[in-house]
Amino acid sequence: MDLGPHAAFIWASYGAFVAIVGLLIGWTLFDGWRQANALADAERRGLKRRSTSAPASDRGSA
Amino acid sequence: MQTLTQRLANPTRFMELSRAVLPWVAAGACLLIAYAMYLVFLVAPPDYQQGETVKIMYIHLPSAWLAMMGYSIVAVSRFGLLVFRHPLADVSAKAAAPIGAAFTLAALITGSLWGKPMWGTYWVWDARLTSVLILFFLYLGLIALRSSLDDESLAGKLTAVLALVGVAILPIIKFSVDWWNTLHQPSTGFTSTVDPSMRTPLLISAVGFTLLFIALHLKAMQTEIVRRRVKAMRMAQVERDEQRFSAGAE
Amino acid sequence: MSAFLALLKRDLTLAVREGAALGTALGFYLVVVAMLPLGLGPDLKLLSRIAPGILWIALLLAALLSLPRLFEADQEDGSLEVMATAPLALELAVVAKALAHWISTGIPLALAAPVLGLMLNLDIALTPALVATMLAGTPAISFLGSIGAALTLKARRGGLLIALLVLPLYIPTLIFGISALGFAGLGQDGFTASFLILLAISVASVAAAPVAAAAALRLQMS
Repeated sequence: MDLGPHAAFIWASYGAFVAIVGLLIGWTLFDGWRQANALADAERRGLKRRSTSAPASDRGSA
Repeated sequence: MQTLTQRLANPTRFMELSRAVLPWVAAGACLLIAYAMYLVFLVAPPDYQQGETVKIMYIHLPSAWLAMMGYSIVAVSRFGLLVFRHPLADVSAKAAAPIGAAFTLAALITGSLWGKPMWGTYWVWDARLTSVLILFFLYLGLIALRSSLDDESLAGKLTAVLALVGVAILPIIKFSVDWWNTLHQPSTGFTSTVDPSMRTPLLISAVGFTLLFIALHLKAMQTEIVRRRVKAMRMAQVERDEQRFSAGAE
Repeated sequence: MSAFLALLKRDLTLAVREGAALGTALGFYLVVVAMLPLGLGPDLKLLSRIAPGILWIALLLAALLSLPRLFEADQEDGSLEVMATAPLALELAVVAKALAHWISTGIPLALAAPVLGLMLNLDIALTPALVATMLAGTPAISFLGSIGAALTLKARRGGLLIALLVLPLYIPTLIFGISALGFAGLGQDGFTASFLILLAISVASVAAAPVAAAAALRLQMS
């Protein structure tokens, strides 16, 4: 493929574009994976999203 | 009958729907981008004026378009947060800002690499380049303000104020940059209309990258919702621990 | 109205009593203007050509320096909470504070500009135009700045953040301030048009910025 006298600029701009978009995609996937892991981990440890109502014994702490 | 935005307000419902939609959007993006690249490198003719450097256009113009679309998404989401208190608005705006900023950066870099063979210099203080650069600054400001506060809900609302100020002042900035440019520089005469043989690949590329943007936005929103769930679970756990501790101390 | 004037008077009195803030801003202005020729070389022709730009940009930076303090002191001693609940609308309180900032920082910086212009070999005939554009443009700097100050009140790294948020908002003011001076320097009649647009930008910021700043402050009060 002959891209003429300015081939370097074309490749450089496509390279930069692929790098930026690739980093964006990579980071988005990594962050999603990381948070999904954190959620799975928390669920495994039996955490719940809402705090359960306090038992009657510790009314004083409220 | 609820509107779509109302039905999507429930994060769990959003997660279900977006999980169903996301693979299709991502697949569509991949196919269209691949087809566009095939057309660009193997089919599309060189421009009679610019030669092969016009190939840069097929990524530069979609980036510039997505830079603006990203800011619109951020602004509309921020407006939705401030006015309608839509629960997903902050999630949407927070997720869209870095993606928009990345495409803005891509538009700036590809534009400057296109400018070197065309204008003989990497950077001209052309009205369009300057406006996009300022758009990039606005993105940086939004991201920096959003991340500078620990209180998520306050950070979201304050960023909303900034985003709306940005929307109000954006036309004035654009107007002043145009004025400034006509004052200082003869027009670059770079307004050749796009030939039909190039319009098709350009359009396909633009649609493909828009789908990619949407896919990334959905994925980032899902991640943000999960992040909040994890945070809420940890906070609740800490609360319970404190209760147990104070109960034991009595 | 009397509450508004009382607040304005209080802020001005504080500014006079502190004094150091204005001194710092003026000193910073002088140092930035003096640094640029050291970086660019002492060519008087070049300096006189770029003097308006240097003076304007240095003025923006000097005004920026004093912005973080706009609401900070009031937040620390709790008077901001009082203002938020007082009968005087918070928007008007912001107007009073930004106006006080303009009078205590904007006007002195604008008046210092011609003196610094002498060091840059700026044409003396431009002095009235220079002072006029700066007096017309600095209200926009104080009022748009109040948005940044309000937004970053509780932020980490507030001082750096405020520059990032506010400088892009200053672009129209900068462009029309400089272009008015450019027309005045060339003796062209475009000065009036640029000057009027500059004035319009200032009026619009005086009208709109307090709404945004007050909204930002209210969000942080509860």
